[in-house]
Amino acid sequence: MTSTGPPLRAKLVLASRFENIEVAERALVDLCHRAGCADDEEYWLITALREAVANAVRHGNRQDPGRIVRVAYEIANSTFTIRVEDQGEGFDPKSIPDPTDPENLLRPSGRGIFYMRQFMNRVDFSSTPAGGTAVVMVKELASNDSDRP
Amino acid sequence: MKSNTRDLGEVRIIELGGKITIGTGDVKIRELVSQALDDDKTNILFDLGDVTAIDSSGIGEMVACYTTVTKRGGQLKLMHLSPKINDILQVTQLITVFDVFDDEREALGSF
Repeated sequence: MTSTGPPLRAKLVLASRFENIEVAERALVDLCHRAGCADDEEYWLITALREAVANAVRHGNRQDPGRIVRVAYEIANSTFTIRVEDQGEGFDPKSIPDPTDPENLLRPSGRGIFYMRQFMNRVDFSSTPAGGTAVVMVKELASNDSDRP
Repeated sequence: MKSNTRDLGEVRIIELGGKITIGTGDVKIRELVSQALDDDKTNILFDLGDVTAIDSSGIGEMVACYTTVTKRGGQLKLMHLSPKINDILQVTQLITVFDVFDDEREALGSF
């Protein structure tokens, strides 16, 4: 990954359908290839992106295809930033219990945000002006730990 | 997601490939395990050798299948984890829940 060159940016507006996770992934892969991301970096970026978009579709927009999910990508100065917005009612990420707590290990849900936090360097949640949720995920590229999640 | 099943003795081996992800793969593994239990196959071995990705829904469904099979008095075990799938099981600490094998004969002998 080179830090030279102009920033790479892309934006998507998606209907709230799970199959559109694939569309978001394809855009990410294209940007990764243009930026020369390492294969491991691309894999973990995809993993985190899929969780963010899945959360927006399922929990944010309640799978209502009339509500949209906005995805914005930027690669600048060896930093990959992804912003995913939904049109839901918002939520408190602190309300999600730690899925690695022994008493939660066998819960079938509640690992999406944990995935994002594991595979990105920074994950921040905020409310959109309309009351939905925006998640911004940042990964530093070509870092020394790029071969690990 | 691709799948294939075969029985060796009392063990139902479910070979999975591709993505085990929300909306498709997670539903499919639930159906495959349900079918195994309907066939009275309560010892189940997931072969994950050709799985390229598991999202949190796929992992959640695997956990749900583990619980369902255990409640039926059976066992659900895993084999042939790729390094990345192994990483995911490590960070989620589910590596402490599932029995994991690299060798099919060893896995079959563990039931």
